[in-house]
Amino acid sequence: MIAEFGHFSLILALVVSALQGVVPLIGTARRDAAAIDFARHAALVQFAALAAAFGSFMYLHVTSDFSVLNVVQNSHTAKPMLYKISGVWGSHEGSMLLWVFMLGLYGALVAALGRELPASLRARVLAVQGLLGFGLLLFVVLTSNPFLRIFPPPADGNDLNPLLQDPGLAFHPPFLYFGYVGFSITYSFAIAVLLEGRIDAAWARWVRRWALLAWCGLTIGIAMGSWWAYYVLGWGGWWVWDPVENASFMPWLLGTALLHSVAVLEKREGMTRWTILLAILTFGMSLVGTFLVRSGVLTSVHAFALDPARGEFVLLLLVLIIGAALALYAWRVPRLLPGTGFDPVSREGALVVNNLLFSIGMATVFLGTFYPLFAEIATGARLSVGPQFFNATFLPIMAPAVAMMVLAPMMSWRRGDLGATLRRLIPAAVAAVIVPLAALAVAPLAPIFAYGGLALAAWAVVGVLTDVAWRCRFRDGGMIAGLRRLRQLPRRLIGGSLAHFGVGILVAGIAVSTAWREESLEVMVPGQSLAFAGRTVTLMEVTEGQTDNFQWQRARLQLTGPDGTIRSMAPERRFYPVAGSQTTNTAISTNGFADFYAALGDPDTKGGWVVRLYFNPLVPWIWFGAILAALGGMIALVERRVARRTVPATDPATVKP
Amino acid sequence: MSSTARPWILGLMLALMSALPAHAVEPQERLADPALEARARTLGAELRCMVCLNTSIDESTASLAHDLRVILRERLSAGDTDAQALAYMTARYGEFILLKPRVEPLTYLLWFTPPGLLILAAGMVGWRLRHRRIRPQAMPLSADERLRAQQLLEGQ
Repeated sequence: MIAEFGHFSLILALVVSALQGVVPLIGTARRDAAAIDFARHAALVQFAALAAAFGSFMYLHVTSDFSVLNVVQNSHTAKPMLYKISGVWGSHEGSMLLWVFMLGLYGALVAALGRELPASLRARVLAVQGLLGFGLLLFVVLTSNPFLRIFPPPADGNDLNPLLQDPGLAFHPPFLYFGYVGFSITYSFAIAVLLEGRIDAAWARWVRRWALLAWCGLTIGIAMGSWWAYYVLGWGGWWVWDPVENASFMPWLLGTALLHSVAVLEKREGMTRWTILLAILTFGMSLVGTFLVRSGVLTSVHAFALDPARGEFVLLLLVLIIGAALALYAWRVPRLLPGTGFDPVSREGALVVNNLLFSIGMATVFLGTFYPLFAEIATGARLSVGPQFFNATFLPIMAPAVAMMVLAPMMSWRRGDLGATLRRLIPAAVAAVIVPLAALAVAPLAPIFAYGGLALAAWAVVGVLTDVAWRCRFRDGGMIAGLRRLRQLPRRLIGGSLAHFGVGILVAGIAVSTAWREESLEVMVPGQSLAFAGRTVTLMEVTEGQTDNFQWQRARLQLTGPDGTIRSMAPERRFYPVAGSQTTNTAISTNGFADFYAALGDPDTKGGWVVRLYFNPLVPWIWFGAILAALGGMIALVERRVARRTVPATDPATVKP
Repeated sequence: MSSTARPWILGLMLALMSALPAHAVEPQERLADPALEARARTLGAELRCMVCLNTSIDESTASLAHDLRVILRERLSAGDTDAQALAYMTARYGEFILLKPRVEPLTYLLWFTPPGLLILAAGMVGWRLRHRRIRPQAMPLSADERLRAQQLLEGQ
């Protein structure tokens, strides 16, 4: 009954989305107030229907209703409640349902919160959101129905992939989808403004907010995914440039560019056309990512050909959604006057460079991800493009972007003074020299990139702090007056500085953990000790046991520091009998500056166990940095209401007469 | 068939790894000479475990990866240079095994597009900097506009 209710709600949402996509557009064309207002109600009703469908699906999983095929395939009665819930988005069907749910959620948010938007703009945004919803709901209903029944129902389910049974991963997909589906709303804003034919700072203010919200979600989602990879996969890696990682990273890169270009549009009414294009392409990358993950094209073109229905449908949607948008863009954008001019040495100039670098970075990731596919289609040759390619090409593109990140906020709009800005950055430059030299003095010799990374990190961290200190004028009036000024700084500025500071921390984490990690791989018998990274590691014992869900073998390791402090760690191997698979549960002991990381391997025939140990200095900073960046985004999001800027008499970005 | 259970996003890449314990290089595979072993680790990270999804033989737990690690170490012990060992593996298993594709006509587009774009962008920025107007001149007001401004200033 609940499954049928969910299925019905899904079809209802499909019908409503079609109406939401068409009626408001007729309304704006005929200036029919009732039809325009319909958009708002339709968006709320569509979301209610989606919430009902999603809620039903969750109910089926939570109650382990094994008359539903998807529950059978992705759940089991012995699982803890958390993983019964996360099993909801653990399958293709469930994750697509989450996708359309998020799409509806954003539509409903605009309907509920967008009171200040001009009625026709809001109606058009919601209409475009409705059309997107229609396309994706059609995909779900026709090819990925999560509510299919199975008869006769089996006694129990097949279990969720044990690697996904992890608290860190349980909440990774909702954040990720909240992020990359969120860029649908900036897409809708872009299409709506092309239909409107006029663009202004108010539009930019809205797009910036929504892009920021989606960006925060995506940043947290990606960081969670990488943290999960780090502690679950058992070899201490946290980013491998896998296509599924790239799928979420590409919209993140363009979304970051969008955040910066829309700031120019909001403050200076510049970069209008480029910002609209970015808004379209960012969502395009979200769809490309969905295609990559959902079509099976990742494994090989042959896997795609074996089960083409879903892949072809997503590809068709992708081509339609992006193609139509670009055609509309080409047709309508000449009506929008380009923004005001600026000197290349200015904050706008610096942000243009940021946009260039992020776009080239995205293009590089795209090229590397799809090259094997293109090469195979074009010539039949099978190639691999691995992390070595991405590290060699992507990092040199991003390094100048990180360097510029410090400079840009210190330049003034329209026409900056590079000399004065650089003089203010002398402390940062000094730090960028001292820190690598200090590393050279105290740490073992490392590859050159490590010192470059350290210099960059020092430049960023000190540069951002200098900028904030300068803005608070700590020299002028002392600490108390400075702190008072700090509180009065605009939130977006504080948020931006915090995000940039986070990037500096992240770069330090990447450079140091990659260059100075230590590894030990030994067979140990209980009672045996070894020296590792300045500590003594003793394998105390290995115990075994069983829970409802899995069987485990657990090692107890004791770490004795040089000062005699003792820490204990308990890495585990687990065997999940229902899924028939083995996982590792690593043990990590961290002090915020370095991780000791232990994983338990196979036993040998003589009572020994393979014990894998890593010392990862500064690795936690990678996630601290990402969290600070997301936090910065959130602070910028809740900006205090500022007095509305007066519109200049000759608005440069309106329709040509 | 649509009923095949597809693990979502990250699960996909692990589908093949999930049946095995997640451990890569094993202690008994290691070479006695630490310098040689270090080279083997670096090269191992550049070789794809052909039956896995985007995993190097250095990280993979598949039995093929184990075999390839052993072969790689045999070649290095026999005195191969890094290039010779990679060439040996490529001759046996094809270009697909190289995670870092070779620079050759088929991969020119791959290798040269990113630096090409970067140079193009640098050129654009450089051109803008060289041809910057010394002082962006504000458009002078016409007589009418000047009059109107005057009136506004006087509060009329």
